[in-house]
Parts: sequence; C-alpha cells; structure tokens
Amino acid sequence: MALIQQSSPHAHKARPTSRVMLWVILAVLPGLLAQTLFFGWGNLINVIWCVALAMSTEAAILKMRNKPIGFFLRDNTAAVTGLLLGLSLPQLAPWWVSGVAVITAIVVAKQLYGGLGSNPFNPAMVGYALVLVSFPVAMTTNWAQPATLWAGAPGLSETLSTIFSASQTAIDGWTMATPLDEYKHKIATHTAAEVLQHPTFGDQVARGWEWVNLAFLLGGLILIGLKIITWHVPVAFLAGVGIMSLAFGSNADQYAPLQLHLLAGGTMLGAFFIATDPVSAATSHQGKLIYGACIGILIYLIRTWGNYPDAVAFSVLLMNFAVPFIDHYTPPRTYGHHKSRRGLPSKNGAKS
Amino acid sequence: MSQLWDFSGGIHPPENKIQSTRRPIRTAGIPERLILPLQQHIGVQAEAMVSEGDRVLKGQKIGDVTAGMGVPVHAPTSGIIQAIELRPVPHPSGMSDLCVILQPDGKDEWADLYPVENYQKHDRDEVLQLIRDAGISGMGGAGFPTTIKLRPPRDRKVETLILNGAECEPYITADDMTMRERAAEVVSGMQVMAWILRPSRCVIGIEDNKPEAIAALREAIQGTQIEVSVIPTKYPSGGEKQLVQILTGLEVPSGGIPADIGVMCQNVGTAVAVSRAILEGKPLISRIVTITGDAVQEAGNFDTLLGTPVRALLSEAGLQTNLLNRLVQGGPMMGYTLTTDSVPIVKTSNCVIAATAQELQAPPPEQPCIRCGECAEACPMELLPQQLFWYSKAEEFEKAEHLNLFDCIECGACSYVCPSSIPLVQYYRFAKGEIRTQREEQLKSDRARERFEARQARLEREQQEKEQRRKERAKAAAEAQAKKKAEAEQAAADSEVVDDRSAKAALVQQALERKKAKAAQTKAESSAVQEQPDLETLEKQVTQAEAKLNTMQGMLNEAKAEQADNVDKLERAVAKNHDRVKRAKDALAEARKHVPAEPETPSSE
Repeated sequence: MALIQQSSPHAHKARPTSRVMLWVILAVLPGLLAQTLFFGWGNLINVIWCVALAMSTEAAILKMRNKPIGFFLRDNTAAVTGLLLGLSLPQLAPWWVSGVAVITAIVVAKQLYGGLGSNPFNPAMVGYALVLVSFPVAMTTNWAQPATLWAGAPGLSETLSTIFSASQTAIDGWTMATPLDEYKHKIATHTAAEVLQHPTFGDQVARGWEWVNLAFLLGGLILIGLKIITWHVPVAFLAGVGIMSLAFGSNADQYAPLQLHLLAGGTMLGAFFIATDPVSAATSHQGKLIYGACIGILIYLIRTWGNYPDAVAFSVLLMNFAVPFIDHYTPPRTYGHHKSRRGLPSKNGAKS
Repeated sequence: MSQLWDFSGGIHPPENKIQSTRRPIRTAGIPERLILPLQQHIGVQAEAMVSEGDRVLKGQKIGDVTAGMGVPVHAPTSGIIQAIELRPVPHPSGMSDLCVILQPDGKDEWADLYPVENYQKHDRDEVLQLIRDAGISGMGGAGFPTTIKLRPPRDRKVETLILNGAECEPYITADDMTMRERAAEVVSGMQVMAWILRPSRCVIGIEDNKPEAIAALREAIQGTQIEVSVIPTKYPSGGEKQLVQILTGLEVPSGGIPADIGVMCQNVGTAVAVSRAILEGKPLISRIVTITGDAVQEAGNFDTLLGTPVRALLSEAGLQTNLLNRLVQGGPMMGYTLTTDSVPIVKTSNCVIAATAQELQAPPPEQPCIRCGECAEACPMELLPQQLFWYSKAEEFEKAEHLNLFDCIECGACSYVCPSSIPLVQYYRFAKGEIRTQREEQLKSDRARERFEARQARLEREQQEKEQRRKERAKAAAEAQAKKKAEAEQAAADSEVVDDRSAKAALVQQALERKKAKAAQTKAESSAVQEQPDLETLEKQVTQAEAKLNTMQGMLNEAKAEQADNVDKLERAVAKNHDRVKRAKDALAEARKHVPAEPETPSSE
C-alpha cells in the first residue's frame, strides 16, 4: 500500500488564479458592452487585438525564459493585462500604439521583473503611461465621438481600417475630445454652463462615459460580491477623488464638478479593475485604504492642476512605488498583540 | 443566551461529518496485540514498570513518569507483556518510539478500582493526584497533562472554564458522538474540574452543526451552573484561542496561555475521562475514535482501547484497501498523514481518515503568489500570510518573525483558500523550524563563545598572576640580595668586630697570661720567653684574616658568576679584607722585628 505523504491541510478549496482572472474578465464585459454601444467598435477591436498580442507576447517570452508556456498562459493574467489596455486606450488608437503598450506591459513591466507575482508596477498601466508620454497626439486625438452604435458611429470595417492604417490619427469627424479634456481646457475661459454646451457632455454628466462608468461600477460590485476583490481599494479610491473634488472643486466655473470626476474618464475602470490589481497593490486592509485614497487624491491633483486630462495610469504607478512603504507600516494587529508591528525588525534583533 | 463574539477570518470547508454520525458509538474489539507507546502526552516519556513476560490486569499501571512532566500509562486489558521495544508511533515524522507490547489474554480482568464517590470531601490536591494517576492528558489533540493544566499558576485565577465541544475540523465527530451519548459524564467531569478550579462561569461551546449533541447536553446540564453556548460553525472556532475569543471576547496574549486572562479550555473527551477517573476509579485506557473517509464502508465512531493498531480499527470499519490513497490521522485541515496503518491509537488520536484519491485530492502545482490577500482574509490570527510566505521563502526569518510568524496556529485556512495552491503552512513550518534551529545554534555558539572568552580571561588572568608573582619574586630576590648584601656588609663589619673582640680577648688573655708570666717572673723566669705567645697570636690573626678573605673572594666570584648587583660591594669588601690581611702580616712582621716589643693591635676601622 503506497500511502500519500503530505503536509496539512489535506483539503483545498478550488478557486484557482485562472478562475479568479476569468471572473475579472467576465466582470468587465458590461463595461465593454457599454463602450461598444456608446463609442462604436473601437474598444472591442482594441480588446481583441490587445488580448491576442498579450497572450502571444507572453508565450514568446515564456519560451525565451524556458518556462512552461501552457501552465502560465492558462492563469489568464496576460489576457487580463491585454484586456485592461484594450479597455482604457483610445477607441481609435492605431494598432501600433496599442501594440507598443501591450508589449511594454508584458515584456518590460511583467516578465523582466520575473513574471506573474513579481512585478512591482501594474503592467497595463506601465504600457499605458509609456504610450501616453511617447505618442501624445495619438493618445489624445483618437477618442471616438460618443455616438451610439445604432446611430452614426463608424461601422466595423471602417473602424478596423482606421485602427490598422498607418496614420497616427483617425478621421476628424469620428473623434472628439473627452469630457474631462474639454472641461479642463475650456473652463479657464468659459463658464460651466457654456462649457457644458459642448456635445461631448450630452444631457446628463458626460455622454456615453457615464454609462460606461456605471457599467464598470456594476462589474466591480460583482467582483466584490464574489469576494474576488475587497471593497477597500475602490471605496478609498472613489472617496479620495470625491473628497478632493468637494474640498477644492465646489465651484463648477473653476474646476470640473464631482459627477464629472466620478463618471467620466477611467474613474470606475481604475477604481475596480486597475487599482485593485493585487500584485502591485498594498496588502493589509489599512494599507489598501491608504493606497486607494492616495490614488484618488493624485488623480484629482493631476486632472485639476497637471497637464493630463485623465490620470489613472500615473496615479496608480506612483502609488505602486509607495506600496512596499505602505506595507511596512500597515500590518494588521495580530490576535493576542496590543498593537501591530510597524516598520522593519530592529537591527539589533530586539524582539518587542 | 450569553453574548458571543466573532473571530476574524475563518473558512467554511465541507463538513463531511454526516458519514460518521449515522451509527452510534461501537465498541471496538480487543485486538491481537496492543501497542502502548510510553509517550502519549507532552512532556517526559514514561518509564516502563513491567518487564517481558509479566501478566498485567486491565487498568494496571505499566509505565509512569518519575521525574518531570507526564502521566502514567495503563494496561487497557489483562494480558501478558510480550516485549518493550521500538515501534512506529503516530507522529508526523513517522518515527518509532518505545512501546509496551501487550498480548491480551481475552479475560479482560480489571485490577482493583478505587472510585471516589464524594470527591468534594477530599482535598483538591488528592483529587488532582487521582486525575494524574489515571493517566489523563488532553484528548483534543495536543495531549497536555490535564493535572498540570488544572493547576494554573497561583496568581492566575480561572474565572471561566470552557469545555471545547466545537469540533470544527471537518470529518471528525468523536466529540460530537461523545456529547450525544455521554452527556452526563461530560457534565460530571466538568463539575469535577469546576470544583477544583472554582470558576465563576462554566460554559460548553458547541458549533451549531451538532444539534443532537446540543440537545443532549442541554438535558444533562439541568440543575447545574453550567451553560451550553451554541456558536456559529466556522473553521477554526475550535482552536483554543478562537473559542476563548468567541465565548469571552478576550484574546489570549501572544505567547501566553488562557489562564493569563482567567480562562481555561478543556476538551469534552477529557471531561469524560476525568469523570471516570474520579467516580469510577478507572484510568484512561480507551477513547472514542472516528474512522471515516470514502475508503471505509462503515464509517463511524469506535470506543477503542488505547494501543489498538489503526489497521484493526480500519478493518472493523470495512476498509476497502484498493480505494485507500491517503491515511490521515486527525482532520483534513491539521491532521498528518500516516506512513503505515500499524501505528496504534493513542490518547490524542481522535480521528483517522481513510481517504480515496478523489476525496482528498493532491493540490495542483504551486503557482506564483499574486498577493490576492485571500489568505489574510481567512487567517484567524490576523496575520499577513502572504508576507510571511515571501519572507519564509526568501529565508528572511527576522522579517517573518517580526510579522508574528510564531503566532501562526497552523490551522491551514490560508493554504485552503490560496488560489495559487501554495502550501503556505509548510513554508511556515519550515521557517519556524529554521528559526528554532538557528536559535539553538545561536545559543550553542553563544555558549561556545562564552566558554572561549572565559578561557581567554582565565589564561590572561593566570598570565597576569604569573607576571605578578614573577615581579614579586624579583622584588623579593632584590630585597633578599640587598639584605644579603647588607648582611654581608654587616657580616663584614661584624667579622671585623669579631676580630676586634677576639683580638681584645686575646689581649685580655695576653694580659692575663702576662700577669701569670709576671707572676711566674716573680718566680724569676727569663723575659725572652714572654714574646712568643704574641707572635703566635699575630700569626693566628693572619690566618684568620686570610680565611675570611678567601670566603669573601669566593662570594665575590659567585656573585660575579650570577651577575648579581652586589658585586661592587663584595669587591670592596674583598679589597678591605685584603688590606686587613696585609696589615695583619705587616703587624706580624713588625712584631717579629721588635721582639720582644709589645705587639701592635690590629687596626680596626
């Protein structure tokens, strides 16, 4: 009789990383659907292109690193990275812009650091930030006009040919400044009422964007419900943006109002799907609250006083830098201890 | 219903308890051989009190601990001692240990029993001694000697006595069935403990997935001060620290014991054993064991004699050998795999799972940690399992310890939920082991260093003392030399004085002689004869002086050879003696010229 020798526990609950990532993929689908409905085929094409490129890049570099390709590809993390880039890049961004972003994310930000679990920075945001600073024209002029799919948006083949053409910018009539961009640049010289006349804002907060953000919020709530993410990062993130907006931006004639901050741009995608990337986020509950809140605050600061209309990528990356520091100072209080042990162990080896 | 508190984290694994609760407790048969390990508790191994060939009666003490912490071992049935030898014992390492092998004679003949009806009339220490002599150690898992636990430090008053009937581990139903079928004994055992400890509150904590046990105990506690507290089912609510928190809202301090906060936990099985030990006088020779798992056909609980090989129990439960993939002693969360089914049931064996390959599947290959934090959500001790994992894996033990690695109770909740199927607990065990080894080595090297330093200090001290002694000797020698020299000088002076004296004496003598001579002269003697003795005296003086000079010369030579610092003085002394010899000779010569003139007295300085 050959009995199996094994250390406890002998039972395991099966929700492997691949399943977790699959849930993340499923949870962004409402957002992708909304994007497609309100901004045309661009996002969908981007997503497919980015996911395919991400997975093949991952496979190639795994091969170069002599790692088991199937084993790592099946964890679905490369797909999620590609997916997040496809969702956040401008709808009509040329294929090579998204390609550079994806390859940077997978090769530089993920695999060069040691692959899954070892990257200090959010890979998708590294890719995004790189193309944002490298190709500012392509990254600001290719946002699709919020035109519903059933009324006026360019068709699938037209979108495809736009994205895969060699030019840097899409056809003028199909694109439009994002609401955050528009507000930021016009409010200096116009009143809020005048700025909001622009078609990008539509009847509610920001035409199309509001629904996309609400769809991502829905997806995020599903993830919280499934206990795939905890509430700490998104709530702190949104609170950071909200409190900053209430504190500094109450005058709509000067700064973008709260509803625009929350429902335009990449706010909800960032709060629920990007800042919550566990690998590059803080670990303890307290740490997550600090991490999320700081991202929210940074987003507001950069949006309001910085050069960029949206700032999720930069804020997330900046806080990725701070994660080891946050982690050292926010361990939970262990059962039976009076307080948590912050910081590093003292050098002289004294045990408190 | 008293207030309950929640503990953080925890998981809800499939319970798998129904399989073994369908049948009432069965009494396992007496096997062919009983293997009784001499160590079934935490502490010191018992020493065998019997030898090969002895016949023992049921309940007879066959081993005891004479020095140190421990409890005795008793014969579970009557029979012949076959051997005392090394046998595999239930231990995660699969090690062998010293066991008494008993061949039952089938008569099951009891030794004399001494039940105590009214233990309240006895001294508490007497009752505690009875509990110890009955060989009772904790039956929940760790096997800590119960008497020692029942004697908390003097400054710790136990306010709350908790009987742990939570039994949160999946599969195990031994305590559940004990409470269902032996509720009265559970209560009476708890009353004995309560009488010893005098707590203000007695509570039995049971998870709400055991309604029959709850009902049976509620019935049994009628008319007592004991309360039954039904707690939510969540693993690991039966962990001592968690149960204390659930029932009292207090936390056992890190590194401390529940008695530090006025709480004590005992297992329900232990309570039954205490009840039997006192009220029936029966030592601990059997226990309830759950035999379960898909590889047995008739899972259930067995009242089993200690020492019964697991194999015998498995066959009573209808083991299908072809299905058996893994034998787990204990529960699936904290139990350990058995290497062989020949190990015996001991005081701490609560469950054996005969698992099929599908039942407890081997975990998928380990994936990288993505820091998802599910482990931290599950950790009942509020640790950061993933950080502990990183540090343990990187062998940064200091950091792991800083994050309270040693507060980990190894409940396995983190490993259970890990989406990357990382065997986290194994990493912690590794880190703990390494840290303990390092500490021991540190201690050893500290001791070695202390020894070395002490030796160095001793050698240095000895060297200093030697040096000191040498200096003292040199000083003493110098003083001695100076003294010697002074003495020599004195001696030199003395010798002169002596010479003086002898000369004077001689003169006196001469005077006397002259007187005599004069007296003789008066008798008309010649005057020429008178000079002779003077010459003789002078000659004697010369020889004396020469002898002295020789001595001094010898001393001088010696001093020169030794390079002593009194050479100069000796030289001078020698020169002086030279002079004296010369003068003595001159005087002699003068005397001879001036015969019969008066002899000159030798010059004295």
